[in-house]
Amino acid sequence: MTASTGRGRLHLAAALDQPDVHRPARYTEAARLAESGGLDFVTLDDSFLRPGLDALGVLASLAPATSRIGLVPTLTTTHTEPFHVQAEVATLDWVSRGRAGWRAEVSTTEGEARLFGRRHSAPEERLWHEAGQVVEAARRLWDSWEDDAEIRDTATGRFIDREKLHYADYQGDTFSVKGPSIVPRPPQGHPVTVVEAASAHARRTAARYADVALVAATSPEQAAEARAALHEQARAAGRDPDELRVLASLTVDLAGGEGAASPGHGGGGPRGTAEGPLYRGGPVGLAGLLAAWHESGAVDGFHLRPADPRGDLERLVNGTVALLQHRGLFRTFYPGSTLREHLRLPRPANQYALTGEQS
Amino acid sequence: MSTAADRGRPPRQIHLAAHFPGVNNTTVWSADPFGRPEDVLAAENGTAKPGARRPGGGPARHPFLGSQIDFSSFEHLARTAERGLFDFFFLAEGLRLREHKGRIHDLDVVGRPEALTVLSALAGVTEHLGLAGTVNATFNEPYELARRLATLDHLSGGRAAWNVVTSSDAFTGANFRRGGYLDHADRYTRAAEFLATARELWDSWTPEGEQRPFAHRGRQFDIAGRFTVPRAPQGHPVVIQAGDSAEGRDFAAASADIVFTRHGTLEAGRAFYAEVKGRLAAHGRRPEDLKIMPGVTVVLGDTDAEAEERAAVIRRLQVSPQNAILALEQVWGVDLSALDPDGPLPDFDPEPDSSLAQGRVRLADPLATAAKWRALAEEKGLSARQTVIETTARQSFVGTPAAVAAEMAEFVAAEAADGFILVPHVTPGGLDEFVDKVVPLLQERGVFRTRYEGSTLRAHLGLGEPAPPRGT
Repeated sequence: MTASTGRGRLHLAAALDQPDVHRPARYTEAARLAESGGLDFVTLDDSFLRPGLDALGVLASLAPATSRIGLVPTLTTTHTEPFHVQAEVATLDWVSRGRAGWRAEVSTTEGEARLFGRRHSAPEERLWHEAGQVVEAARRLWDSWEDDAEIRDTATGRFIDREKLHYADYQGDTFSVKGPSIVPRPPQGHPVTVVEAASAHARRTAARYADVALVAATSPEQAAEARAALHEQARAAGRDPDELRVLASLTVDLAGGEGAASPGHGGGGPRGTAEGPLYRGGPVGLAGLLAAWHESGAVDGFHLRPADPRGDLERLVNGTVALLQHRGLFRTFYPGSTLREHLRLPRPANQYALTGEQS
Repeated sequence: MSTAADRGRPPRQIHLAAHFPGVNNTTVWSADPFGRPEDVLAAENGTAKPGARRPGGGPARHPFLGSQIDFSSFEHLARTAERGLFDFFFLAEGLRLREHKGRIHDLDVVGRPEALTVLSALAGVTEHLGLAGTVNATFNEPYELARRLATLDHLSGGRAAWNVVTSSDAFTGANFRRGGYLDHADRYTRAAEFLATARELWDSWTPEGEQRPFAHRGRQFDIAGRFTVPRAPQGHPVVIQAGDSAEGRDFAAASADIVFTRHGTLEAGRAFYAEVKGRLAAHGRRPEDLKIMPGVTVVLGDTDAEAEERAAVIRRLQVSPQNAILALEQVWGVDLSALDPDGPLPDFDPEPDSSLAQGRVRLADPLATAAKWRALAEEKGLSARQTVIETTARQSFVGTPAAVAAEMAEFVAAEAADGFILVPHVTPGGLDEFVDKVVPLLQERGVFRTRYEGSTLRAHLGLGEPAPPRGT
């Protein structure tokens, strides 16, 4: 089956980023609102230069306050330890009962390098190559425990069956990890890996390793082109492109109402800005745009960044999403409980588990 | 109590913390120790039917055989601790699964989630309870960890604590970029500079909310920039030091807010307490600036006899026949898989330079330990397994709730401790009984709070604010 033509389910995600907010209640409120609209997941950006709290910590703190929505913090792979990164993401999956993802990002600046003092900044190409290897190592470590490794066998006094634990023995170009992980295999098997395919290097890593790729586009044609390129690269890397969801990233400014839509873009499409594509218009116009892009098979869904973190998220959920639901284009409840289920991505088989040979 | 009241001074207050059951044989997983006698007996003797499994793998609802991983277990224990008005909840850390004879150790609980992520989630389901996580100073970097800890302090409204541990072994290092490891002697050098650097980062924001760039140039770390998290509610998260070595005590006296130590006799506790508190003055600190909290286990019963019987059941469940052999191999340093655990101890001396066990603390003197064990076995006529049960699995407080409350109060009154870190035997309901039965008695004695007075962990512990950053 090829997903490059035809239209699957519509997937929607929203960014929770709020400048200068350090109180978790504001994030909880926003995540609950997004969950009330049935969105696939929320994201929280992060970098070591970004003012604000550690994104993974914030999303972990609101896991108990939500029950269905996916939680996707950004974690960087350049100055961090792959072993810690995978353990943190696996733990987010445990505390959220299978709703974790992470957006892998690199640290390109010398300013970030100086915060660690361990290595200098490096060319982006090398860093995205390393990020891909971190994803690969993380998946080995997530698989380093088979799902049924904990046996609690009182007859032999064994808590685990150590035949079902595996050394990852990952040898990357810049790091190596022995394993096994300290954390048992997370509920989703592999938490969802998201990559923003903003450059050619990031795109290569996204095509090869990501479950969800984010692309920037100001027209459905541009989005379709980006999606096709990702699919082609995925195929070249030996992947089934149907295992990759491509979402278009849009900043949405819905405060001005329907009349504010910028003319000249097929009835108020987004325009390019330094911060990426920006849609300015009303919730109804946005619903039309999302439906049209998705209908044309250009993308699998959208990652929407409210320009005003509170007001625009509310207009997005109560206006745009409600309208899409009314038209039967978006889910009105969560049929599944894990983020993979929302995204209709299968739970991956364990790369170390023997099949058929043992029972 | 009455004497203190007579003097018009309140009695010394006890601080309490809850340790999530660990990945060692303190944690009983094979049977509910207070459940059906036939199940207990089968688990004690390893005579359960082959393939007999206990609940716990899934989202278990059994209060004494719950999952070690599911969030519901952490939530249960944390809520119990908060119901009991505890000072804090404590999570340990592991960075490499333990090995024995070159294979992953499989006889105790294995595996756990990452501490700070679990604590962040617990911040969302608790209001007052302190949240303490163990994080290694060898395999982390100050900027990133200071940021995660400051985040936890913000998320919890001032309830974060960091238990600083170190390691120096290449075995653990195999999981990390730095691969490396440190000379044993450098562990605390790095830990001390790590903590000092973290505090510089936290202090780079003034209490008034002004951010200033930081620059740290030292032997271990050479970093500069801006710290992106505003000053945390506690200023600095509470710092815990665990470990009884001389370097550890120095580190604690200079820098820690809490010492997590071993529990022993009242006399040994008093000596340790006086020794460590005596070191504080040299660092310009007062005795009350550092709290000494031994890790303890508690077994309760309606009568002393019942408590003793329950304690004995727990010890037998902790030391399965297989675990007994393993404990002996750790002392003797050689393969003993052919030894009958119900027969006598080995009749030869230990191999002193064995590397049989990895990821565990090595015994200082295996020869002396073996000699002591042999003498005990001979004196009491014990089998190999009974000797291990007798020497390794001791509970700290065994008795009726009234007796345990009295003994705890005595330890604190006599300045053998400032409080206790309770390590339950079972997950996740291992403190239910303590909170229901012992806490009210401590409150009646006037030695434990009847409500949370403050909102931060520093307030619960009676610790002051950290000194304001220099230059303000």
